[in-house]
Amino acid sequence: MKLTGAQMIGESLVKEGVEVIFGILGGSLLPLYDVLPHYPQLRHILVRHEQGAAHAADGYARATGKVGVCLATSGPGATNLVTGIANACLDSVPMVAITGQVARPFIGKDAFQEVDITGITMPITKHNYLVMDAASVPETIKEAFHLARTGRPGPVLIDLPRDVQIDQAEFNYPSKPNLPSYKPILKGHPAQIKKAAKLINEAKKPVIIAGRGVIISAAFAELKELVEQAQIPLVTTLLGISCFPESHVLSYGMLGMHGMAYANMAVDAADLIIAIGMRFDDRATAKVSDFAPHAHVIHIDIDPAEIGKNVRVDVPIVGDVKAVLKELNKLIVAAKRIDWIRQLDDWRREHPSLVIRPGESLLPQYVIRQIYEVTNGEATIVTGVGQHQMWAAQHYWYDKPNTFISSGGLGTMGFGLPAAIGAKVGCPNDTVWCIDGDGSLQMTIQELATAVQEKVAVKIAVLHNNYLGMVRQWQEMFYGKRYVATPLSSPDFVKVAEAYGLPGLRVERREEVAPAIQQAMAEPGPFLIDFIVEPEENVYPMVPPGASLAEVLEEPEKKTKPKAVKDSAKLPVSNI
Amino acid sequence: MPKHTIIALVEDKPGVLNHMASLFRRRGFNIESIAVGRSEVPHLSRMTLVVNGGNTMVEQVRKQLDKVVDVVKVSDITSDKVITRELALIKVKATSSTRSEVMQIVDIFRANIVDVAADSVTVEVTGDENKIDSLLNLLRGFGIRELTRTGRIALTRGETKPLPVKKPPKAKGQKPTK
Ligand SMILES: Cc1cc2nc3c(=O)[nH]c(=O)nc-3n(C[C@H](O)[C@H](O)[C@H](O)COP(=O)(O)OP(=O)(O)OC[C@H]3O[C@@H](n4cnc5c(N)ncnc54)[C@H](O)[C@@H]3O)c2cc1C
Ligand SMILES: Cc1ncc(C[n+]2csc(CCOP(=O)(O)OP(=O)(O)O)c2C)c(N)n1
Ligand SMILES: [Mg+2]
Repeated sequence: MKLTGAQMIGESLVKEGVEVIFGILGGSLLPLYDVLPHYPQLRHILVRHEQGAAHAADGYARATGKVGVCLATSGPGATNLVTGIANACLDSVPMVAITGQVARPFIGKDAFQEVDITGITMPITKHNYLVMDAASVPETIKEAFHLARTGRPGPVLIDLPRDVQIDQAEFNYPSKPNLPSYKPILKGHPAQIKKAAKLINEAKKPVIIAGRGVIISAAFAELKELVEQAQIPLVTTLLGISCFPESHVLSYGMLGMHGMAYANMAVDAADLIIAIGMRFDDRATAKVSDFAPHAHVIHIDIDPAEIGKNVRVDVPIVGDVKAVLKELNKLIVAAKRIDWIRQLDDWRREHPSLVIRPGESLLPQYVIRQIYEVTNGEATIVTGVGQHQMWAAQHYWYDKPNTFISSGGLGTMGFGLPAAIGAKVGCPNDTVWCIDGDGSLQMTIQELATAVQEKVAVKIAVLHNNYLGMVRQWQEMFYGKRYVATPLSSPDFVKVAEAYGLPGLRVERREEVAPAIQQAMAEPGPFLIDFIVEPEENVYPMVPPGASLAEVLEEPEKKTKPKAVKDSAKLPVSNI
Repeated sequence: MPKHTIIALVEDKPGVLNHMASLFRRRGFNIESIAVGRSEVPHLSRMTLVVNGGNTMVEQVRKQLDKVVDVVKVSDITSDKVITRELALIKVKATSSTRSEVMQIVDIFRANIVDVAADSVTVEVTGDENKIDSLLNLLRGFGIRELTRTGRIALTRGETKPLPVKKPPKAKGQKPTK
């Protein structure tokens, strides 16, 4: 049967199991949008800016594990996607971005709204295509989805000239992609796994650093088995948060620049690092030449290019985390490591990284702790970028798998709201809180309209400190407190919310926090709370730039610490 | 720094060279030469790269190239048994008094004169880089007007394993372009 290019796209997307598309149309996509109503399985969500479409597709993909799909017209629509595509690429998020392009005869002529989007996105996609005839639409879509979701996931862009959407061709959807040279390695090499097991069984002070690869691979059970069987303390990267229950006795929180002091001390003192699905980003390792100076390193990663890229590795294992851990676990001997764990628990007691100062002022950390309490720790938390992101990472206990969604590699302010919308659309039964900064929110605040129009019940907590706070903190600490271009005025967020058609509340005092959160949760639709927080609060612990993990700075006041608690890592709110 | 020879088999698509070049630039890889041309498989090109750098850096080049979807196969053949060749065209100043001397040198190197003009000759030479460098050294005294070199091309000696090759495009021109 002959179909138009546009119809073939619709058919192919349905065949790939796509349920939601985030996008904005334009002239070059009119043929495609015209056929969308024939595919009611494809819910289209109209965003207000294409960056929002890409972030929403990203949030949807992270929350569901499925491929997120976004759609934008040629020229400015396509370039508006760029930040969102780069964001997905750096955090290995499966995404297919479809852009309209000018008709084939106009390509290369600087036609109206023509940009070379395949050229522009080449370094920030896993792969991209310019489709030059209708007959190749089905195989292109097949390949694109396969590439996006397999191996190390990533964004794939398909550029579709307008006339290709109109041309007709025979529609046969291939059952398999034609990509013979693309073969991600899933199974780890048995000899390497054996070597790793030997190192683990002999180690006295091992530490696991778990990253986003564990979440991508959904290897939650396998990781837990390894940790418990071998009694290995575990820390995570920022993007590894929620790959392992944080209230587990062997969980020591996040490492890195704003990681827990005791997590960084553990890595520094370790004799064996088992890095699982993480890529040794410089925010995680701090000064890389002084990283884990006493340790052998085992690195499990699906991408061979990550191995040995930043850190010298003794036992590389290329493969999928789940497949590798299944094999590795068979060779692990049960162990106790009492002294090592006691040492870490002492550090945790002596260096509590998460104490919230008592008193009147509304501290941002306190707000997060209250969200934790009211949501029973069961919400999915999506963040912007800045101090609030770090506090959201630190002060919420993530016990449920895959419940922390944040822009790590690109650190994109403006990610929070659209990504939260995407996550909520993908998992409508989950509670989704967007914890955002006043600066970050203003970068994509227009997506409030999307949430209202599409009835997406995201709850938004703005940590309103009147600063581009993270940068202000650096100016305070390293630039003589010269606050250049960081003081930030904002509109009245409650009025803005109301203008967009959702209810909002302003909170300025501690005792109002929990009731406001409860009110937000009781509301069936989206809700915004504007928390006016302490303006010059800083994120601690902090490893200053250029320093090693061992040189972690703790919050000055915290030297007066509470009496030892069993797990003082994350004190329950009632203790504050 | 040691020189490494890397061979890459790539899909013959317009975007591929661009992709690889952008990858080298972005990751700061120091590429001394690239030579590309058709291979024995209709839609694949074979690329020979000469890379300057330590083992870790060259390993990254190889792995990053391998990640490009249109790259079918990458091998570092530096320590293999290989045949390497380069072609150079050299336009040398040659007056009536020096022409015969130039021709003698060309003969010794088993090179050819492919064009003669009133005050110059153009020499074609193939061989490994050392041979070309030596010839150039001798000709420099006469005055080199123009020079172009292809960069190294290489093949391993002996048996070859079959390639993971994509089914050729269907008759009715599926020509993915970038
Ligand atoms: C303001 C700010 C502060 C930050 N501070 C910190 C900090 O203090 N600490 C910190 O850790 N980070 C911090 N980050 C985040 C940091 O920049 C990185 O994004 C983060 O460390 C990356 O974590 P990751 O390596 O686990 O995830 P990714 O970057 O997503 O890497 C995942 C790795 O897993 C591999 N993988 C994917 N799928 C699989 C699979 N199926 N099987 C095996 N492997 C797989 C991939 O190849 C990749 O190597 C900060 C970011 C910002 C914006
Ligand atoms: C798009 C973008 N622009 C600039 C930055 C640099 N930057 C990092 S954090 C930050 C401040 C964030 O301010 P806000 O959202 O208010 O969060 P806060 O740190 O105050 O909690 C800035 C400007 C960035 N990460 N992303
Ligand atoms: Mg702020």
